[in-house]
Amino acid sequence: METPRMEERLWEFIDGSSQKEDRIEIDRLIQTAPEWQLKYEELLQVHQMIHATELETPSMRFTRNIMEEISKHQVSPATRNYLNKKIIYGIGVFLLAMIIGLFIVSLAQVDWSGGTSSSPMPDRLDIEWSRLWNNGYTKIFMMINTILGLVLLDKYLEKKKTQSKHQI
Amino acid sequence: MNEGVTDTEIINRVLGGETAAYAELVTRYQHFVFTLALRFTHHREDAEEVAQDIFIKAYRALSDFRGAAKFSTWLYTIVYTTSITFLRKKRMVTTSIDDDNIFLELESKDSGLKANQVEQKSRTASLAKAIGMLSADDAQIITLFYKAEQSLEEIGLIMGLEPNSVKVRLHRARQRLKEKIEKYMKHEISSIYDD
Repeated sequence: METPRMEERLWEFIDGSSQKEDRIEIDRLIQTAPEWQLKYEELLQVHQMIHATELETPSMRFTRNIMEEISKHQVSPATRNYLNKKIIYGIGVFLLAMIIGLFIVSLAQVDWSGGTSSSPMPDRLDIEWSRLWNNGYTKIFMMINTILGLVLLDKYLEKKKTQSKHQI
Repeated sequence: MNEGVTDTEIINRVLGGETAAYAELVTRYQHFVFTLALRFTHHREDAEEVAQDIFIKAYRALSDFRGAAKFSTWLYTIVYTTSITFLRKKRMVTTSIDDDNIFLELESKDSGLKANQVEQKSRTASLAKAIGMLSADDAQIITLFYKAEQSLEEIGLIMGLEPNSVKVRLHRARQRLKEKIEKYMKHEISSIYDD
């Protein structure tokens, strides 16, 4: 057997992660085949050496430094408390509806009559952008978005103001 | 250290307003966190700074710990991401150290550690040195598996890998560590083989 595969199987054996049948087979090979026995002992030594390594120790003031620093901070509220899944799904549905709507409006702008008889596609996409932007629906949509944006900005600034008051 | 108290109990106390209880968690995990950070930074001062940053981040995000995984796994995820960010900022080389030139460079960089190692010259110090010569990812996997007692699945969660990939990486990391021992520390380690 190739050495890398042998080593891989032996590591699994040492880690205790090999299958039952494989474990019995490797156990037998270690007992009978000198090549396997030698490699097993070599890998087992490395395994034991790694286990014997010691963890590094930070400075004596480590915990105290952290606790001093922590006294300046607060535990942040759990993300799950302020991230409402319904709102996230709502935003997703809204964006999807927007993309589909824009796609439909764009398709409606295409002059399909220009295509040749062999191809259903028009020769060129003759989209009237001015008509699209001067559309009443587009204007309403833009206005709603602007209002929503201003409301969000207002809430954000209000939150910042409250936070700075608390810090003072 | 109060061994009988579980991590979850300490967390609940901290979340309940008993901030001082967090010191127990710090004491419990400081060696693991510091060692893992050191595997990335190779400098004790940097590792201490990163480790402190990790514990502060963990404290601030404590209410996000849901208990789905072990606290240690959750904490080591923060260790991994914070250390990676630190390396990116420092633009340090994280690739495997394979040639003699880089080995010598590491030796000179690591003067702080070397001072201790000269004094100790013990087997474990030699091996820690060998682990320090591995790439950050290799050293991290070995430390998480052997010292932090994380399973392949848990290491996968920490490093964002599939358990099978972790298994392959662990195998390669051990192989590279064995090569390092044989190449650079034969005379230091020879006593082990002689035993």
